[in-house]
Amino acid sequence: MDSTTITHQYRSRIRKNISVILLLIVGVAAAFCVDIATGPSMMDIGEVVKAVFLPDSVELATRVIVWEVRLPYSVMALLVGAALSLAGLEMQTILNNPMASPFTLGVSAAAAFGAALAILLSAGVSFIDPKWMVSFNAFVFAFGAVMLLQFLSRIGRTGVEALVLLGIAMDFTFKALIGILQYVASAEALQQFVFWSLGSLSRANWENITILGGVLAVIVPFSVAASWQMTALRLGEDSARSYGINVVRLRFFSLVRVSLLTATAVAFVGTIGFIGLVGPHIAKLLIGEDHRFSLPAALLSGAFVMSLASIASKLISPGAILPVGVITSLIGVPLFVWLIFSKRRK
Amino acid sequence: MTGEENDFLEIRDIRAGYGSRVVLNGLSVPPLKPGQIITLIGPNGAGKSTLLRVVAGLIKAEGTIHYKDRDLFKLSVQERAKYVSFMPQTVPNDVSLPVIDAVISALKASPFDQVGTDNESIYARSMGILERVGIADLALKELNQLSGGQRQLASLARSVVREPSVLLLDEPTSALDLRHQVRVMSLIRSFADDGRIVVMVLHDLNMAMRWSDYVIVMKDGALVTHGKPVQALNPESVRQVYGVTVRVELCSRGLPQIIVDE
Repeated sequence: MDSTTITHQYRSRIRKNISVILLLIVGVAAAFCVDIATGPSMMDIGEVVKAVFLPDSVELATRVIVWEVRLPYSVMALLVGAALSLAGLEMQTILNNPMASPFTLGVSAAAAFGAALAILLSAGVSFIDPKWMVSFNAFVFAFGAVMLLQFLSRIGRTGVEALVLLGIAMDFTFKALIGILQYVASAEALQQFVFWSLGSLSRANWENITILGGVLAVIVPFSVAASWQMTALRLGEDSARSYGINVVRLRFFSLVRVSLLTATAVAFVGTIGFIGLVGPHIAKLLIGEDHRFSLPAALLSGAFVMSLASIASKLISPGAILPVGVITSLIGVPLFVWLIFSKRRK
Repeated sequence: MTGEENDFLEIRDIRAGYGSRVVLNGLSVPPLKPGQIITLIGPNGAGKSTLLRVVAGLIKAEGTIHYKDRDLFKLSVQERAKYVSFMPQTVPNDVSLPVIDAVISALKASPFDQVGTDNESIYARSMGILERVGIADLALKELNQLSGGQRQLASLARSVVREPSVLLLDEPTSALDLRHQVRVMSLIRSFADDGRIVVMVLHDLNMAMRWSDYVIVMKDGALVTHGKPVQALNPESVRQVYGVTVRVELCSRGLPQIIVDE
C-alpha cells in the first residue's frame, strides 16, 4: 500500500466519522420530535415541528402543550443525556476504566444525600429559595464530594486506583448516611425522596434548562480543547507525560468538568445512572477513541438514548409518566447489547 | 558524532524512591554522549527502571540532571518533553484508535517548536515516522488489532516522532519474538546514529553486548561498573551482580558471547 492510498483511506475514514456524527444528529432530532409528540394526547409530528419553529402558526392549545409541557421535558432529556454521557466519557478516560461512569466516585450518592437532607429534614441554607433547596443541596454535595476526593488523592499523592477506591468508600458512606435519614424520616417525606432518587424529567422547567444548558455550553469548549490530550492519555499515563502532558492537571480539570456536569444534571432530574456508562460506549463502538469524534458522538448518543427513554417512559403505562431513571436502563441495555454483538460480528 | 560538552547528559547525586523506600541513594553516572546507545544492566530491583523514570521526569527525585545547560529537574513537563522521550515497557492493548491517530496525538499533546502546527505537516510527519519504523501499512489499523510486536513498533514511533534528543527505553524488546527484537534494536541503533542519546534497560546480556556502545552495570541502586560492553560485562561483574558464573567467548565471527556455566 503506497502512501497516497493510505492518505486517501485516512481521509475517507475521517469523512465516515463525520457522517456517523451527522447521522446521530438526525437521530437525535427525530427522537426529540417524537418525544415532544408523545404524551396523553398524541400529536402529529408536522404539527410539533410547526409549533416549535413557527409557534404563531398553530392553535393556542397546541402551542401551550408544546411550549409549557412537552418541550421543557424533551429539552431537559437531551441536555441531561448529553451532560451525563460527556461526563462518562471523560471519567472513563481519566480513570482509564471502561466501567467508570459519572457516578463511579460516589457522586450520585453524594447528590442523593444532599437531596435527602432537603427533602427529609428540610435542612438547607436560608438564602436559598425553598423551591431550589433540593437541587442546591444535591449540587453542593455532588460537587463537594468530587473536590474532597481530589483533595484526598492530592495530599496522599495516590494514583488512579486509590482515587477509585476512595470514591467507592465515599459512595458507601453517603449510602449509609441516606439509610439513617430514611430510617428516621416520615412516610410522606420518604415517598417524596424515593421518587426523587428514581430520577425524573418532570421537574424540568425553562429556568433549570437554562442553567444546565449554560453549564454545558461553558464546559464543552474546554472538553474539546483537551480532546487530543485525552486521546493521548489513553496511550498510558507514562507515555502521555512523555508527550508533554501534565497528567495531574489534565485529570484535575477533567474531574472539575465531570463534577459540574453531573452535579447540575443530578440536581435537576435526580439520579439517572446508566446513561453515563452507555452513552460513551455507544460513541466508542461507533467511532473509536479519537476524542475529536468520540466527544461529539458521546454527547449525541447520550441525548439520543435519553430521548428514547423519555418517549418510552410516556408510552409504557399510558396516562402515567414513569420515572425516566428507571426506563433509561431498560432502553439502554438492549441497544448496548446489540451494539456489542454487532461489533463482534464485524 | 561526539558533540559539545553541553550536549552530554549529566546525571549526578540522584536520590529517588517510592514512598519511604529509597531505591537510588546518591547515584551519579558518567556523562552520556550523543550518538550512543547506553544500556543499564542489573538484577531486578537494582534501580535501572527507577533511574530511567527519574530522567523521564515520571518520579520525583533529588540531584541534578544537566543537559544543554539546563537542569531537567527545573523544567515543566511540557519543556522537558522537548528534549526527553520515554517508551514504557508495556502499553495498553485495548485502545480503539488507529496507529496514525495515536502518533498524531503524541504530536498534538503539547506545543512543539519544530513541528509545523498545521494538520497537513503533522500528518506528513506522522506518516514519515511510521514509514521509518516500517509500519506505514498499519497506519489505519486500530491499536487493539495489532500483535504485541506491532504495538511495540507503534509505541516506538510515538516515542521518536517528537524528535527527542534523549530517548529512554524501558525493556524495549521484552515480550517480542526474535524477528521483532532485531527489528526494534536496529531501529534504536539508527535513532542513536541520528545523534540522540539513547538510554535503555535490557535483561538480555548478549543483546546488550551486541547493540550497546556503553554499558552501566547496577546493583542495589548503585553503580557497579561501566564502560564498553566487553569491559563492563565481564565474568567478574556478572558474578558480582547476579551471582551467576559465566564466561565470555568469541563466536566464529569474532563477536563476544556470554555463556552461562551453571
